[in-house]
Amino acid sequence: MVMTLLSRLRPLIVTIALLSIAATVPARAQKLNPDGAPNPTASVVDEQTLLRQAPRIEGRIDIPDQKAAVLIQPAGRTWVYFHEVLLHRGGAIVIVGTVVLLGLAYLIIGRVRIAEGRSGRKILRFKAFERFSHWLTALSFVILGLTGLNITFGKILLLPVIGPDAFSSVSQAAKYAHNFTAFSFMAGLVLIIVIFFKDNLPERVDVEWLKQGGGFIKNKHAPAGRFNLGEKLVYWFSLAAGLAVSVSGLLLLFPFYGTDIADMQIAQVVHAVVAVLFVALILGHIYIGTLGMEGAFEAMGTGEVDLNWAKEHHDLWLAQQLANQDRQGQPSATPAE
Amino acid sequence: MARMKFLCDADRCIDCNACVTACKNENEVPWGINRRRVVTINDGKPGERSVSMACMHCTDPPCAAVCPVTCIYPTEDGIVLHDKDICIGCGYCFYACPFGAPQYPKVGNFGSRGKMDKCTYCAGGGGPEAPGSAEEFAKYGSDRFGQGKLPLCAEMCSTKSLLAGDGDIIAQIYKERVLKRGYGSGAWGWITAYREDIKV
Repeated sequence: MVMTLLSRLRPLIVTIALLSIAATVPARAQKLNPDGAPNPTASVVDEQTLLRQAPRIEGRIDIPDQKAAVLIQPAGRTWVYFHEVLLHRGGAIVIVGTVVLLGLAYLIIGRVRIAEGRSGRKILRFKAFERFSHWLTALSFVILGLTGLNITFGKILLLPVIGPDAFSSVSQAAKYAHNFTAFSFMAGLVLIIVIFFKDNLPERVDVEWLKQGGGFIKNKHAPAGRFNLGEKLVYWFSLAAGLAVSVSGLLLLFPFYGTDIADMQIAQVVHAVVAVLFVALILGHIYIGTLGMEGAFEAMGTGEVDLNWAKEHHDLWLAQQLANQDRQGQPSATPAE
Repeated sequence: MARMKFLCDADRCIDCNACVTACKNENEVPWGINRRRVVTINDGKPGERSVSMACMHCTDPPCAAVCPVTCIYPTEDGIVLHDKDICIGCGYCFYACPFGAPQYPKVGNFGSRGKMDKCTYCAGGGGPEAPGSAEEFAKYGSDRFGQGKLPLCAEMCSTKSLLAGDGDIIAQIYKERVLKRGYGSGAWGWITAYREDIKV
């Protein structure tokens, strides 16, 4: 009997309990001031509470510039730490480290010679349009790299040498060069991605190439098609890094087109980190294409490589080319001039 | 040496925008740029507060740290000035600023931002122009500070919400107000700008 009464009264008891809790909340919030008036800040959330809820404080603004409605975003200080400490140190370590490693490679491995010497016969490796695409991207990359490094490291390295006025003029020109060269770089990047896509797809021979030490072990022959695994990695890393710097760069070039300051901070971090790694990758690419390997540069220079070089580094590709030419009844290789 | 700061007592600000207008008029700030603005938080809700915000002239200013041509620097009074002759309009200071102070006269793309503009604490420019000269005024605005005056925004404030002056003195004024009236929503931006708060 008592139990049924209690169970019947339960909703009532719960309601009373909830009401009494609810009643104490406003009573606590409306504490009075020394002059007896209600405290107007009792309902105010202070700056630190707001910043704990969201990374920035926004409100309403009367002026037409609605972007100005963001009152405080302390993340700027974090971005400064990235830019002035992490990027300077990390960038210096990665780029100087790469140069040192390449120097060591040159001292230890030295220039990879054509083992059988030059045959004196040449074969076309890159067509004119392929070379144009490469050098369009390459030249743009060098300009972008140098001007990009200037805006990050220039005030440490160049400013003390040439003084603030000259450095300002240089940096102003560098900024415009960077912004406009970006477009020739992107055009070149798209061309390279399209032209060389098919020959950079992974193949079974890439594993064998890796097992044979990638051509760096003198008495071992590493087989490869048109591009070996090392070149394919340069291609795919360049594709990824190129797309990342292009997208982040475009976001920075068109401020507030779908971005706010916080997005631009992230875009700048992506742009800087990827660019530093990209520079390191391309330094390695430049080293192997020039100093590191005899007979490599002419592939992108004149477009023609020595037959013996092709035999040593791209045997499968050479065999295929020669077979194609035989089928078309052409001379198997052009004589050297 | 005095350390100049701004302090907005949000419990007094009535969002009248007189500080915004005073700044624009005194410094003849170009169209599209507002060196000072008033933001209303919790608009129309309980706990609504308006805060007048401009360059806070930060301690260890982030804009100065990231400027790739080091055209921004704090003076010995703690006022953050910049040299428009050196500025290349790269936009780094505006990524770095927690208060949205740096702005650019051109909204164009491809890096055509023009020279950065921001509150100078009515202390003229940070360039080579002679203090108080017409050249300086055209580029940066008024040099009231050189005449021993405080920024006009704070001087004009009808409710004396916006305070400018030596940091210790305005912090003391704010503290006394909070003690007297019994409430205060805090010194907005102080922890971010000056890495200190006003304890009451």
